[in-house]
Amino acid sequence: MNDGRALRAVVAFALMGGIVLPILAGFGQTARAAFGVLPAIGAVEWSLTPWAQLFALPGFGTSLRLTLVTGLGSTLLALALAAGFCALMHGRMAQSAMGRLLMPFLAAPHAALAIGLAFLLTPSGWIARLLSPWATGWDRPPDLATVNDGWGVALIVGLLIKEIPFLLLVMGSALGQLPVRQQMAAGRALGYGRGVVWVKLIMPQVYPLIRLPIFIVLAFALSVVDMAIILGPSNPPTLAVAIMRWFSAPDTALLLPASAAALLQAVIVAAAIGAWIGAEPLAKRLGLWWLRRGGRGHRAEPGLLAASSVVLTLLVLGALALVSLLVWSIAWRWSFPQGLPQSWSLKGWMTPGSGWGRAFQATLVIGVCATAASLALAIAWLEGEDRARRARATWAQALIYLPLLVPQIGFLYGLNVLFLRLGISGGMLAVIWAQILFVFPYVMIALSDPWRALDCQHVRAAAALGAGPWRRLWAVKLPMLIRPLMVAAAIGFAVSVAQYLPTLFMGAGRVATLTTEAVTLASGSDRRIVGVYAVLQAGLPFIAYGIALMVPAFVYRNRRGLSGGA
Amino acid sequence: MRSLMIAALGLGLATPALADWQQTLEAARGQTVYWNAWGGDARTNAFIAWVGEQTEAKYGVKVEQVKLTDTATAVTQVISEKAAGKDSGGSVDMIWINGPNFLSMKEQGLLHGPFANDLPNAKYLDLSPNSAASVDFTVPVEGYESAWRLARFVFTYDSAVVAEPPRSMAGFLDYAKANPGRVTHPDVSNFMGATFLKQALIEFAPDQAALQLPVTDAAFEAAASPLWGWYDALRPFMWREGATFPENESVQQQLLNDGEVDFGVSFDPASAAGAIAEGLLPDTARVFVPEGGSIGNISFVAIPYNAANREGAEVVANFLLDPATQAHQQNIEVLGSFSVLDPSKLNVEAAALFAALPSSPALPKLEELGPTLLEPHASWMTKLVAAWGERYTK
Repeated sequence: MNDGRALRAVVAFALMGGIVLPILAGFGQTARAAFGVLPAIGAVEWSLTPWAQLFALPGFGTSLRLTLVTGLGSTLLALALAAGFCALMHGRMAQSAMGRLLMPFLAAPHAALAIGLAFLLTPSGWIARLLSPWATGWDRPPDLATVNDGWGVALIVGLLIKEIPFLLLVMGSALGQLPVRQQMAAGRALGYGRGVVWVKLIMPQVYPLIRLPIFIVLAFALSVVDMAIILGPSNPPTLAVAIMRWFSAPDTALLLPASAAALLQAVIVAAAIGAWIGAEPLAKRLGLWWLRRGGRGHRAEPGLLAASSVVLTLLVLGALALVSLLVWSIAWRWSFPQGLPQSWSLKGWMTPGSGWGRAFQATLVIGVCATAASLALAIAWLEGEDRARRARATWAQALIYLPLLVPQIGFLYGLNVLFLRLGISGGMLAVIWAQILFVFPYVMIALSDPWRALDCQHVRAAAALGAGPWRRLWAVKLPMLIRPLMVAAAIGFAVSVAQYLPTLFMGAGRVATLTTEAVTLASGSDRRIVGVYAVLQAGLPFIAYGIALMVPAFVYRNRRGLSGGA
Repeated sequence: MRSLMIAALGLGLATPALADWQQTLEAARGQTVYWNAWGGDARTNAFIAWVGEQTEAKYGVKVEQVKLTDTATAVTQVISEKAAGKDSGGSVDMIWINGPNFLSMKEQGLLHGPFANDLPNAKYLDLSPNSAASVDFTVPVEGYESAWRLARFVFTYDSAVVAEPPRSMAGFLDYAKANPGRVTHPDVSNFMGATFLKQALIEFAPDQAALQLPVTDAAFEAAASPLWGWYDALRPFMWREGATFPENESVQQQLLNDGEVDFGVSFDPASAAGAIAEGLLPDTARVFVPEGGSIGNISFVAIPYNAANREGAEVVANFLLDPATQAHQQNIEVLGSFSVLDPSKLNVEAAALFAALPSSPALPKLEELGPTLLEPHASWMTKLVAAWGERYTK
């Protein structure tokens, strides 16, 4: 018992010192600048001027509106579409098959997907090329805003392709905890249509279980940078992109309003989550009223079908986007309106020395270290809970997920200043640490449920046979949990590979990973090189998932009973 | 270099500067220079990698390119370091810089120097008071940055699509009216987008001399009003009706390659030839400049005041000015950017290096580029970008 408390104390201390304090300190620095204090550029007086400057910056209002529309819109749409798809496919498709279907979309980093999608959708893009000129009559591309459109539709599409698979995954695992089949049978017996049972009976039970992931999606969509640069409008861009621009404008006086905007970005996320929570009772009341009316109609079915076809279309677009990158990476000349490249070349792949070789290596090292550390921390935390025989407190829950809920841009700039003052910036270690902030929560999400679902009789049997707590952990729990452990590691690795801002800020630009290089190159014009990076960037997590599936199969090759559950 | 040094010592000509340089070379050996440079151009990146190989072999100085999406990122980094009191051992050793970023860093005392005029290879430069290498956007360089490549504003186009390109910025309006949606420029928050506007500003401004002085509200009003008249007329006929713009010139080149627009912009007269060689533009791509000439400037490298590898950075800056390096850089198969050296100061062997360079039909001759227009004072660009934002970013 004492042992458990000590272990928990150590982990809590590590999280406190490693996560909460740095984030608060980073925010502190940003807030100082937001209220006029940044001695480096000679600003020493507290004032509200940065805020006045911010509100007066051209396009500020539009940027704000864009952020809200794309962030809230994509989250609501993703939730509705994922729920519809889940309702239609559940029971018709095995969870493992669903996992395999979703894996490429979960593994592909945002930037890579966005680059491919931009090429797919643009008026001179792949879709137009495949249809031109025979079907469209275009011998030159039309002037249509299909990407970078002023309403952010392309950005919303891009976000949906990343968010729906994530929500489907968490919905799938939440449904595993519910007696879906019995409830469906009961509902059908009472004369409710299949779709209506889903909407009225099952989804309300799923919702509380996936609330946190929804907030994570919402926070991410409101503050995304890399995807918004590539797919969003540019004049003005979303607030997060505008902040990046102001932070990097030649006119250093803009650093102060940029800091104010970074702080505002955090407020927006907090307010959006607050508003969401505020709307829940209202939705609940409406839902109850609707439920009590007792309508049994089959009318929900067409809606579910429509949602599912939208989801399928989005997934096909996403898959085509990834394939287009692969094609570009081996193309030489590929001009409009050719459906496929006129000439091919392996030049991009043949010269690892000029770039991708080192970025690949750095990505691998950072990913493995950040994942290993996060996994160790997560195991320590969960084992600590087991030994203390206590459920997780709400504050602990909030603590773990804090980095996913606060916008990175709000504290990373301040944190960088702080790190420089301590003299620990610009290295691999700083980057690895900053990534653990974002990898650890995802590892916890992936590992918590399987860990709790572990049949404790095995552990008790081991205890009865005289095994101490450490031996129970090493010899019983971890081997039994090897499959979820590997999956958690793969997810953690994928998260690490995709990190953009933490790597950029904490590495002082010196640590080049596949993602930072891909985003930088996306600002250049060579889709072929971008293709090479994006394929590697999407491929690495893919391989990690592959290994995650293979290791348990190998370890369990002579223990069939273990290869099923957990 | 070493034999030259020995010869100089042997003749008893060891000037203090030369002795200092020997010390710099010694201190630089073993250093790794983190060169912060915009990383969106694969050819430039490859050239910087080549520079690193050469300096490592010759002087034991490695070069690591920190690939930036925007040069100002490096400026922000130095400011953060200064904010944190890190006055030595900074992470930025050298920056590819010019114009407003240089003005900003110089004004805030963020630069090491003066060093540039003491580099041994500075003797090949024309450093007379008003020469291109001693004035950066009308801001006196005063040895705080060292030249490395020449930039001239040019337009690229596909000669198979556009038979006759516009002859002036005013001509772009006629072209756009006849071909709606085929003209654009990079986003004005980007340097090249601002340069497009500056080119028009210079063409339309009634008083050229005012552009060389720090901007005032009255002067700006007078100079910019014909520009806005032209731009208001042009904008509805631009790509996407002027509501959105390509992020930078590379993205615009991609649009040109995709056939979405008819013109690209570049600060490199060899860009079309280079892009053809890389398979990034069709073989029929060419460059042109407006008849009155175009804006030109020199790209520099500067060293932050707190650079950890200052000596190494100086050695690299000096290597960049070596005639052999400049000739390699001007080679169309390498980078194709014109040399910054003064041809009259080159000896016979160095001049021969340039004469032997390969040519390309897409490469303009120097005389085809017309006169070089001076950059307006850097404050004009800041004002122009802000005013454009107020007018067109809603």
